Amino acid sequence: MLDAPEPRLIRSMYDKWAAAQPWVNIFLQRVGQVVGRPENLDLLLDRGEVVLVFPEGVKGIQKTFQKAYQMSEFGLGFMRLALAHSCPIVPVAVVGTEEQYPAVWDAKRLARLVGLESLPIPLQTLLPFMGFMPLPTKYRISMGKPMHFDGDPDDEDHVVGEKVWVVKHTIQLLLDKALRERRHVFW
Amino acid sequence: MKARRQGARAGVLVTGVCGRLGLQLVRSLHRTEKVIGIDTREGSVLPRDVTHHRIDMRRRRSRDIFRRAGVRAVIHLGIMHDPRASAAERHSWNVDAFSSVLEFIRDYHIPKLVLLSTGAVYGPLPDNPQFIAEDHTLKGGARDPQLGDLIEVDMLAQSYFWQNPECETVILRPTHIVGTVRNGVMEYARLERPPMALGYDPLIQLVHEKDVVKAIMLALRPGLAGIFNVAAGGQMPLSRVLRLVGKDPVHVPSGILRTALRLSRGLKAFEFHEAQVDYILFPCMLDTGRASRTLGFEPDHDVFSCIEEVRCAISEEP
Repeated sequence: MLDAPEPRLIRSMYDKWAAAQPWVNIFLQRVGQVVGRPENLDLLLDRGEVVLVFPEGVKGIQKTFQKAYQMSEFGLGFMRLALAHSCPIVPVAVVGTEEQYPAVWDAKRLARLVGLESLPIPLQTLLPFMGFMPLPTKYRISMGKPMHFDGDPDDEDHVVGEKVWVVKHTIQLLLDKALRERRHVFW
Repeated sequence: MKARRQGARAGVLVTGVCGRLGLQLVRSLHRTEKVIGIDTREGSVLPRDVTHHRIDMRRRRSRDIFRRAGVRAVIHLGIMHDPRASAAERHSWNVDAFSSVLEFIRDYHIPKLVLLSTGAVYGPLPDNPQFIAEDHTLKGGARDPQLGDLIEVDMLAQSYFWQNPECETVILRPTHIVGTVRNGVMEYARLERPPMALGYDPLIQLVHEKDVVKAIMLALRPGLAGIFNVAAGGQMPLSRVLRLVGKDPVHVPSGILRTALRLSRGLKAFEFHEAQVDYILFPCMLDTGRASRTLGFEPDHDVFSCIEEVRCAISEEP
């Protein structure tokens, strides 16, 4: 993106929960990221910015390791906005993240006590001297070709859902390919 | 149709005229308009050609001013923000007085109402859009009970706008006004060491009082109605604003700050309510696109000159 003639910063959408956390909010704001709200996405696309969305939402990070690389249900909002702005969607698959913090257990009761939906417990927190230290996995990022969609952004959910399924399926194929080609988790 | 029949002689009625912003406004307005001011405060500093009525808008006698004066537009600035006043007094002053203003405008067919509301009605919240548009929900009262009556005033004006389309209603929602005015943000800047919440540094917008006056003057143009956010160009983190103002903030956990303000509320020692801590935690930035497109408002002061104004205003005081 930065090698392009007119380089653009990728602006990712983060959850409102992160926006309320001390220091985290400052870091995200300082590096040019924005709260995941349709108004923000609308404004950025209007300005011709590159926006990174995570259509799985928080469900994507609530999974335990048994469901690694199996994508959760995608939201429809990103597709409606892409249709409204006639902007292409570039599918991106990242391999290596699920092994970095392999969640072995979802402490739902504890999560409810602290006001969260779920609280995946990473393996390292249960091991002595590890704490929250990430495992040194290698990230493999695969990008597909830009996908163009046409249609009414206000279509019924099932109509928009079909387009979303195409994106999800494409990302799943990219993930499966990257996993097949990976020789080792750490190098 | 009395006001309309009086043609050129009809004037502009300004409530809250003796406040610092009211004074700035009438100094600009009286050159071209006949100005009638209403305020319970002393008005000795008003220009001589401004007719000042020292009366509470809630009094029945205030109706006579609207009836006799020949008014072509009402600018409502008479909003009380004092956090030390009781909730009942503030509600009565803000909501009851404004209801009376609306009643008089309807009864005497005054064709224009300009309400100076506040951008705070949207509320500082972690999930606010980066720039809040005028059609965003007014959530300010969810955490700050003090804003409840200001939201009510804003909503009253909106409902009046729909019920009486013959009256051009303009609602201006400025962000933090700076200059000679005495408000929360200026009081905060006057503190020896303004507190910042540990781990938070929200982006801040400001607007110069002269730009607010400019927006009000533009809103008086015939044929214009609607809701407009008003802010200076640019925004910056609170820490940088304070640094440029020449202040060294003290970083305190937000919970401690809230508790300290809650405990000291009974003493009326501070001009801040614990709910106002949210302003130093989360952003509340306004989208000023509509004001630029429809109102033709372009601020003369950017965020840097607003900060310079704050620096001068607080250093001039003893």
